[in-house]
Amino acid sequence: MLNVGLSMLSLSRFQFAMTTVFHFFFVPFSIGLAFIVAVMETIYVVKKDKTYQKMVQFWGKIFLYSFAVGVVTGIIQEFQFGMNWSEYSRFMGDIFGAPLAIEALAAFFLESTFIGLWMFTWDRFKPGIHALFIWLVAFGSSLSALWILAANSFMQNPVGYMINAKTGRVQMTSFSQVLTNPQLWNEFPHVIFGAGVTAAFVVAGCAAWRLLKKDHEDFYRKTLKVVLVIGLLASVGSIVSGDSSARYVVKDQPMKFAAMEGLYKNSTNKGEWAAIASFDTKNHKTNWSIDIPYVLNILSYHKLSGTVKGQNTVNKELKAKYAGQKGKELKSYYVPTKTLFWSFRVMSGAGALFALVAIIGLFFNRKKSQAIMKQRWFLYVLGLCLWLPFIVNSAGWFITEFGRYPWVVYGLLTIADAVSPTSTVASLLFTNIVYFCLFAGLGMVMIVLSHRVLKAGPDSVETNNYSSVKDAPEAKVEDPFGQEAFNHD
Amino acid sequence: MTNLQLLWFLLIGVLFSGFFFLEGFDFGIGMAIRFFGKDQAERDTIIQTIGPHWDGNEVWLITAGGAMFASFPMWYASLFSGYYIVLFLILVALIFRGVSFEFRANMETARWRHFWEWAATIGSFCAAFLFGMMFTSMIQGVPMDAEGNVIGTFTTYVNWLSLVGGVAVTLMCFIHGLNFLQLKTIGSLRDRAQAWNKILYPLLIVGEVLFVVLLFIFTDFFKLKAASTWGILIVLVVLTLLAWWGVAGQHNWVAFLSSGLSLISIVVLIFNGIFPRVMIGANNVHSILIKNASSSPYTLHLMTILAFTLLPIVLIYFIWSYWVFYKRLKSPNKDVKAA
Repeated sequence: MLNVGLSMLSLSRFQFAMTTVFHFFFVPFSIGLAFIVAVMETIYVVKKDKTYQKMVQFWGKIFLYSFAVGVVTGIIQEFQFGMNWSEYSRFMGDIFGAPLAIEALAAFFLESTFIGLWMFTWDRFKPGIHALFIWLVAFGSSLSALWILAANSFMQNPVGYMINAKTGRVQMTSFSQVLTNPQLWNEFPHVIFGAGVTAAFVVAGCAAWRLLKKDHEDFYRKTLKVVLVIGLLASVGSIVSGDSSARYVVKDQPMKFAAMEGLYKNSTNKGEWAAIASFDTKNHKTNWSIDIPYVLNILSYHKLSGTVKGQNTVNKELKAKYAGQKGKELKSYYVPTKTLFWSFRVMSGAGALFALVAIIGLFFNRKKSQAIMKQRWFLYVLGLCLWLPFIVNSAGWFITEFGRYPWVVYGLLTIADAVSPTSTVASLLFTNIVYFCLFAGLGMVMIVLSHRVLKAGPDSVETNNYSSVKDAPEAKVEDPFGQEAFNHD
Repeated sequence: MTNLQLLWFLLIGVLFSGFFFLEGFDFGIGMAIRFFGKDQAERDTIIQTIGPHWDGNEVWLITAGGAMFASFPMWYASLFSGYYIVLFLILVALIFRGVSFEFRANMETARWRHFWEWAATIGSFCAAFLFGMMFTSMIQGVPMDAEGNVIGTFTTYVNWLSLVGGVAVTLMCFIHGLNFLQLKTIGSLRDRAQAWNKILYPLLIVGEVLFVVLLFIFTDFFKLKAASTWGILIVLVVLTLLAWWGVAGQHNWVAFLSSGLSLISIVVLIFNGIFPRVMIGANNVHSILIKNASSSPYTLHLMTILAFTLLPIVLIYFIWSYWVFYKRLKSPNKDVKAA
């Protein structure tokens, strides 16, 4: 067919990567923003300060866009396991389907029902009850993350299963083991804290750009205070949970960890950690690197001494382990080193940066001080931080997923054996192009709409208030998602 | 076949029934935005009728898909990979209509508002048609290999029965949507929806007769399960007549429930017809059977406990959310001029 080096497998992998990365732009942002909006609404309920109500409605609007795009790109995820990875679905259905179904039953119904109630009942329920709705949305969306990560964790570290001798497929033997998978309890907190960081810094970044224009100073400074506190807590949380994940990966997936740290040879007892390095991936060696002693051991073991296995050693071990096993014996088990090495540096560097920026921001934004308005350089930094979480989230997933190569289910099924035998290069090429254009379009609309909301300012959404529907200005009748949408006779 | 396998086959049917009942009127309302709504104000009201609900309704599809994956992985894998392009087009349609409501509300120019209205209308139309086409082509026997991989050609998906099936489901969704509109609005919008449905029902009955004839030719339903198939078809026709009567006499609830139940009866017809298979092979040897397609007893048992704990809770707040918005919407034509 098309002789441009495009195989069914690589196109399927590209599609999964593209749809997941795009989906995961919106998921952490929505989860985090739901919490932020819930916190804001709670402050409003307690303090009865109208500024916070405005805040809820203003950032809530951007939340709704993100939620909508997150929902529609999420359906692709559920369908594509069957569409592009039917062999995987057959092999893993016994374990993978259950969390997916529970995710829909326990989480999706909760968030979608209560988001509808939250959007349309500003005037119908007491503020406290109305705030409860958005808390339920936030709770539901975090719950959905738990279930899908339970499924992902099994793929990283299979537990509570056996291989059915007759069918050769995975079979669940212990649901509680699947749910108490240590991988899950490293991944889930990290994702939730990451969601908090994402939403906090996107909102903070937007606020910073407006403050640079000296627009609605009181409103955006109060916003900053809320989100920077959340951003600080979340970034500290993501550093702590990230550290715990890294120490877990050393033991559980040594190949992934070695690649994250760019180790081909075993490390020495001095624990030299490469800050930056250049690799020769073909010959499996490091060209040069700038090393800092002891850091590697601190990262891996919280100790000064110890050694970490390099990829060459792990490769040999895995070769010995899977020798002669059908479907598992491969030429090599190396993972994409450069991707993992740099992704890890971007992610961990940004994690530290977020915490630092949050602390400085909170300091400059003290109530009686005008520092934040004078330190324009800082507002620029904060403004640029708006885009960083999306890069960082993707980097995190690159480490997790590329680091599992060549497995789709660690040690059980390779990616090559998981793909749908019915797929064709032509159909995959077609769907990839369409998805790409769709995502580009959706992303653009998202940015334009959010920008428009910001430009219009917090006063423009004032009609969404607790007053009676009868008082709503006529112009807003056009908005089916405004509170006047349900003007009953 | 074990009891648990049977139970999950039925539960998948229940979830798809919920999907067609609820998303059925969502699709219908979506189509009505441009095909039925005359001006800006009317279209606003039409969209408002499903505003708080459409997202939750779509979760029925996601749950049905997830439950199929969990309980019948072989079915899920064969169906979803076999209907690759059809499902891809459904996804594109669902994406466009899913974002359209939120995006449209915030467009500044009429042109872009119209763009997203058309996105909702065409998206709803295509999704309904393609779902109809998918389920009615699936029941004719699909070319498969022994592993359950579908080796389909164009006519596997597009043929007389699936085309008529697609059109019939689309029409049923549109009518169902108009019945929902009559339930949720007053004044001219409601009157016109009634007038439209008075004309559309005879058309639907013609379509249903044609569907039955093609069903007889292209499927083994009448050979293998003559009595139950006829029984369900009679129920379908009775429901259609009842809905027609409800429309004519302005019994909005009767019309709405009947049109919803007639969509469910299509699901029942299909599930009854394919039983005890989940996928019918063109060569019957390759048909995938319930007893071979399911997850392990452990997983099915687990899922049963979870489903019967979670589903009742879900239903309580799901129904409550409808009750919160049960009143009719204000007439759009009273105070707003045509755009």
